[in-house]
Amino acid sequence: MQTFPHETDTTATTGSRSGAVLRLLVRNHPGVMSHVCGLFARRAFNVDAILCLPIGDATCSVVLLMVDENERVEQLLRQLRKLEDVIEAEQAPAARRAFAAVAEWMR
Amino acid sequence: MNITGAALIMRLLERQGIGVIAGIPGGANLPLYDALRGSGIRHVLARHEQGAGFIAHGIARVTGRPAVCFGTSGPGATNLLTAIADAKLDSIPLIAVTGQVPRAMIGTDAFQEIDTYGLTIPITKHNYLVRSAAELLEVIPDAFRVAMSGRPGPVVIDVPKDVQSQTVDVDALPAPGVADSRPPLDASDVTRAAALLNGAQRPLLLVGSGIIAAAASGVMRRLAETASVPVAATLLGLGAMPAAHPLFLGMVGMHAARYTNLLLDECDLLVALGVRFDDRAVGKAAAFCPRAKILHVDIDASELGKIKQPFLGIEADVGEWLRAMLPQVAPRRRRAWNTRVRQQRAAYPLAMPGADDPRQPYGIIRHLAAIAGDDVVIASDVGQHQMWVAQAFPFSRPRQWLTSGGLGTMGFGLPAAIGAALAEPARRVVCVTGDGSLLMNLQELATAAEEGVNVTLVVLNNGTLGLVRQQQQLFYGARYHASHFHAAPDFAAIARGFGVAAYDLNETDDPMTALTESLRRPGPCLINVPIAAEANVYPMVPPGAANRDMIDDTNANGGMHADLSA
Repeated sequence: MQTFPHETDTTATTGSRSGAVLRLLVRNHPGVMSHVCGLFARRAFNVDAILCLPIGDATCSVVLLMVDENERVEQLLRQLRKLEDVIEAEQAPAARRAFAAVAEWMR
Repeated sequence: MNITGAALIMRLLERQGIGVIAGIPGGANLPLYDALRGSGIRHVLARHEQGAGFIAHGIARVTGRPAVCFGTSGPGATNLLTAIADAKLDSIPLIAVTGQVPRAMIGTDAFQEIDTYGLTIPITKHNYLVRSAAELLEVIPDAFRVAMSGRPGPVVIDVPKDVQSQTVDVDALPAPGVADSRPPLDASDVTRAAALLNGAQRPLLLVGSGIIAAAASGVMRRLAETASVPVAATLLGLGAMPAAHPLFLGMVGMHAARYTNLLLDECDLLVALGVRFDDRAVGKAAAFCPRAKILHVDIDASELGKIKQPFLGIEADVGEWLRAMLPQVAPRRRRAWNTRVRQQRAAYPLAMPGADDPRQPYGIIRHLAAIAGDDVVIASDVGQHQMWVAQAFPFSRPRQWLTSGGLGTMGFGLPAAIGAALAEPARRVVCVTGDGSLLMNLQELATAAEEGVNVTLVVLNNGTLGLVRQQQQLFYGARYHASHFHAAPDFAAIARGFGVAAYDLNETDDPMTALTESLRRPGPCLINVPIAAEANVYPMVPPGAANRDMIDDTNANGGMHADLSA
């Protein structure tokens, strides 16, 4: 996983436009982030950024991932769907804006 | 009812049909053992937790049902890791229940505390750290559901000691966990697949452990016979098709017969069923089946396109898919293709030098097969002996062959054989092993003696790490290092020291009688078979090379074939 870059121009802080943004719905319990991040490390997938927030009554969380992958996105989604705590995994290109919105807190 | 967490675990395991648990007690799982004592479950005391894990492997692999092992916290859990990882790579439904330090001490670096949950994330399908006794009502059935559903695999349940001792008021026990329903079959996929197969001139089936996990050997064979399609198997697919079947081509890959790999190069449609295109099976992936469209069926969608992009990839239970396919498959003779198969088989057969001599590798395996018959279960360790058995033993049914395929764990054989013998006491279980592998879980001879299991250990003893020595000879200019054992343990004496009967072919003029007795006498037994250190497994695909580029003892000159990029 890379650290978030300090540059302020939009392309730098939102990562490569050629990558993908994924949206996961996960069961919210201790360990779920270890499972998700562990999968990326083990399968040598490149993650540029992660956002995670509990939703509703906090039994579930949404995780947004900005990944530096193109050809392997479908394989990545299939691997993510195998995790028991991942309820849904899909591409969400519109969510790229979320990373731009938090960029100012990362300076 | 008021019940402790430990007693609840036992009740729930009983309800899952668990009859035997292998394990070792320790500080953090003593409440569990106290409850085990009063349960209907038989405990088998291993002598190392890795042994316990592989005993559970033996039970699961021979029955196809989940099996359970116990270990305490800290070293108990770390010792289980190899068996758990092995179950992940070979898709074995293994359930490891580990003790953990009490909740209040988690994170304090307490005695025998280790992050079992964190350690087992990458080597399980799923894992649990149980935070209350009440949670067990969900966790235990869920663990079995996960282990059995889809592609089977291992699950770890880490239970803090105070959760084991905690009492909980339970109204009713939950229903036992069962496998999830299978993904729906897409009728149009079946139609497309049938059209592909019916239109193919030179189709070939490649079957892996998924066929055996799905109990689909019978329907696969009917499909192959209907359409006259030759069948090759991966290492873990051996037994899915009887070795003597005229359509069977044997094992594919690094140590396949040359004709098998050459026919894969010629096929125009590869029907890949329950396989994952492991590098030991496919060699250089880009050069595998260069003329073929690939039709890949697997229960695990992430395997479709992971290594080889299929022409048609289908996520399905392979048995259900085959049953849907069968009525749509056109009966064909495929004379030209099957004539070609016969020609290649005759021109490039598997050479088995010494097959008549019980003092040589192929000879001992062929004689063992002749004496032991079809009822025998064969376990192996990892190395040259494993490949010789895979090449030469005539496997005739699924679950007859227990071997560590993906992880390639030396030390697998003896405990796995013990587990198989516990699960199927009416059968003889033969573990073909090497002197290197046997020493990696030798302590389980004590377990074998204690349980009186019908296990025969056939030790192909060459005084080396044979497959390492072979690779040093072929690919490292015969610069041997750390592959020769200078000490030569007396394995027959060691076995007797454990209370296990033993034979030594060094000490007899009548090897056939010794072999026959070792296979027929009740209880555990070891037979030491000294073999030449120079015996190699041929043919061999150099690591990283294409499967067609096999070498054998006529063209294996050290260093010439070295491609060490893989």
